[in-house]
Amino acid sequence: MKEKFDAVVVGAGPGGTAAALTMARAGLKVVLLERGEFPGAKNVFGGVLYRKQLEDLIPEFWKERNFPLERNIIEQRIWLMGKESFIGFSHRNEAFKDPINCFTGLRVKFDQWFANKAVEAGAIPVYQTVAVDLLREGDRVVGVKVDRPDGDLYADVVVIADGVNSLLGKALGVRREWSSDEISLAVKEVIALPKQKIEDRFNLEGNEGVTIEFMGETSLGMAGMGFLYTNKESISLGIGIMVNHLSENKIKPYTILEEVKKHPMIRKLIQGGETLEYSAHLIPEGGYYSVPKLSGDGWCVVGDAAQLVNFVHREGTNLAMASGQMAGEAIIEAKKVGDFSAESLQAYDQKLKNSFIMKDLKKYRHMHQFLKEADPEVLFHRLPQAANQAAFNMFSIDGITKVEKQKYAMDQIKEATGGTLNLIKLGWKGWRAMNG
Amino acid sequence: MLHIVVCIKQVPDSREIRIDPNNNTLIRQGVPSIVNVYDLHGLAAALRIKKEYGARVTVITMGPPPAVKSLKECISLGADEAILVSDRKFAGADTLATSYVLTKAIQKAAEEWGPVDMVFCGKQTLDGDTGQVGPGIACRLHLEQLTYVGKIIQIDLKKRRVRVLRYLEDGIEAVETNLPVLITALKEISPVHRASLSGMIRAARYKPPVWTTASFSHVDYNQIGLKGSPTIVGKTWVPKVRKVEGEEIKGETPEEIAIQLFNKRNVQEQLGWL
Ligand SMILES: Cc1cc2nc3c(=O)[nH]c(=O)nc-3n(C[C@H](O)[C@H](O)[C@H](O)COP(=O)(O)OP(=O)(O)OC[C@H]3O[C@@H](n4cnc5c(N)ncnc54)[C@H](O)[C@@H]3O)c2cc1C
Ligand SMILES: Cc1cc2nc3c(=O)[nH]c(=O)nc-3n(C[C@H](O)[C@H](O)[C@H](O)COP(=O)(O)OP(=O)(O)OC[C@H]3O[C@@H](n4cnc5c(N)ncnc54)[C@H](O)[C@@H]3O)c2cc1C
Repeated sequence: MKEKFDAVVVGAGPGGTAAALTMARAGLKVVLLERGEFPGAKNVFGGVLYRKQLEDLIPEFWKERNFPLERNIIEQRIWLMGKESFIGFSHRNEAFKDPINCFTGLRVKFDQWFANKAVEAGAIPVYQTVAVDLLREGDRVVGVKVDRPDGDLYADVVVIADGVNSLLGKALGVRREWSSDEISLAVKEVIALPKQKIEDRFNLEGNEGVTIEFMGETSLGMAGMGFLYTNKESISLGIGIMVNHLSENKIKPYTILEEVKKHPMIRKLIQGGETLEYSAHLIPEGGYYSVPKLSGDGWCVVGDAAQLVNFVHREGTNLAMASGQMAGEAIIEAKKVGDFSAESLQAYDQKLKNSFIMKDLKKYRHMHQFLKEADPEVLFHRLPQAANQAAFNMFSIDGITKVEKQKYAMDQIKEATGGTLNLIKLGWKGWRAMNG
Repeated sequence: MLHIVVCIKQVPDSREIRIDPNNNTLIRQGVPSIVNVYDLHGLAAALRIKKEYGARVTVITMGPPPAVKSLKECISLGADEAILVSDRKFAGADTLATSYVLTKAIQKAAEEWGPVDMVFCGKQTLDGDTGQVGPGIACRLHLEQLTYVGKIIQIDLKKRRVRVLRYLEDGIEAVETNLPVLITALKEISPVHRASLSGMIRAARYKPPVWTTASFSHVDYNQIGLKGSPTIVGKTWVPKVRKVEGEEIKGETPEEIAIQLFNKRNVQEQLGWL
């Protein structure tokens, strides 16, 4: 007789691990499958993790001696980039230190640490193993097939947590091929810099850290967002660009990152650093309307595999963790009544719907459409440049009157958008995209 | 049923090894650990015997606690038991002390799971590289000793004899001897297969027994750890890489290459044809 498990979780990223941890704690027999040599071995993200959803699973985790924290973020900056300038908005606060709010981490270390929590709770780790298909009996999912001899793994529920490229989601038919405007391709470098240099350049002490998100001229007229995060002894620098814009413009993402590194506002921050690694990864950015069917007979899908990313606020790991936890809880309930049907697992959909996850995604539900329809030339090139020009004029003391300057600035911005009417339209659509 | 003990050592992945230029020692920190490759092939050979003739396979390593990772890997591949021999008092061992402790452990394994018929070691390790531990164990246990084994031809269970091929520098030697025997394995002895799913699950659940000095009925403290290690490393250095001027001759066929080579003046000179 083949051994049967209560659940098999495919993918030991933040989503899968949260699900496995939740279920293992409740005494369920869980296998945590991961294709990497160990969790996080090849995983890529920008670098900011959030306290709240992790704390829900592991109280006071940041006090642990072995916790793989890079830097505790006390300041977040947003930059609107001109050609050789930026307009900045930032917030720094000592109150972000206790309790910590968000922090930088490296997936190689974090995923491993997190997965070990699930293993300590009793989850059975099976790494270096790829789930290649689902096992089915009729419409019901009864397990997964893995790329090993005698590789049929049976379970009451399969938690699909295999990330944005979700092979299993596709096998299940709940996920169609993402269209190229629903995903961004991000490229990232980790650049080594001595601790002291980082602290000096960003005005930091101890393990304090800073994040910068930037948009504008740095994405070369395409819809994109860049990021620069401080780690202990390195900087994560990257940029994500909507895939349809990349293919329309036939530009390699790496070329864009090379340009970013030359921008005077960025160049000086990374000067003298040595690139340790280069990576590329997709980010799901379809938002609310791209979320697929979330559960069915014998399965749930969590995290990136379900497009659960709030790209406006670069939140992904926390949505993955929270959705993983909710799926775990729904399965624990299902186990109590011995019913793993679609109806029973519907509890997971309900939990998601009532949580910040779907509410936040709903708030920004028009954003994807807005970015899809707006002219990227206007949004990411002409407007940022006009705004930077206006700022330059306002701060220049050159004998021109302030009234004239103001009028000039307004004219520039109108011109960038193609006239007053267009500016109003764009403003309205943008406002609606941000406010639901 | 045969009882086979396989000795394995967890070593830094030599593909990623760097040498500290200041003191000429290996930089072990941050280098991933793997099972010494020859040991894995030895284990594979033991598992093949298990499949063909029926056997119980016990894996033993002496090392620090992180070596559990390697022991689990052996379980995933099909070993029955995998023992961690670990104690601060064992630390700093050279090959003499290492073979002493491993001998103790093999004797204990025999007490627990029956007399040992075969012991597998690797040809040598990727880090220490001496190739002395296997022969050391054979001496201490008075076992027949077959080094550099590239193939196990046959085991005769009735006559308790084993026939193997030894791959030596000057040729291949076919030899036969009595069990119990100690074999040091080359890569050719058996390919290493991918662990099965059930092997992976068993390994994930498996907790290797840990044997410390206290686990043995008698340990001579003068023969273990630093104290039992007369070897003194006098000096280590990194040899300078000699740069050799070279030239690549390319061609579609071997004949084309040969003709080009032949037409080189300096080649003909060196051959004494000019
Ligand atoms: C460049 C970039 C920057 C980002 N920045 C941030 C940020 O700053 N903050 C933030 O919160 N989020 C960020 N995100 C988003 C975040 O990384 C994801 O939302 C999050 O990792 C999703 O977690 P997950 O567990 O769903 O999937 P993943 O983290 O992708 O994990 C999936 C796991 O499944 C494994 N796997 C895949 N297929 C199989 C298979 N068939 N069999 C076995 N295992 C499999 C993978 O190896 C992987 O370990 C960023 C993403 C990118 C690409
Ligand atoms: C830089 C450096 C220099 C060293 N110099 C010396 C030296 O000059 N002389 C010396 O005696 N020692 C030396 N050592 C220590 C030595 O490397 C080992 O600690 C130990 O003695 C094993 O020797 P080996 O690695 O050469 O094994 P080998 O004799 O090459 O190993 C052969 C086989 O024996 C088995 N085996 C070996 N070690 C173990 C183990 N711990 N557990 C289970 N099975 C095992 C494996 O099957 C292995 O394939 C040195 C170590 C370092 C790092």
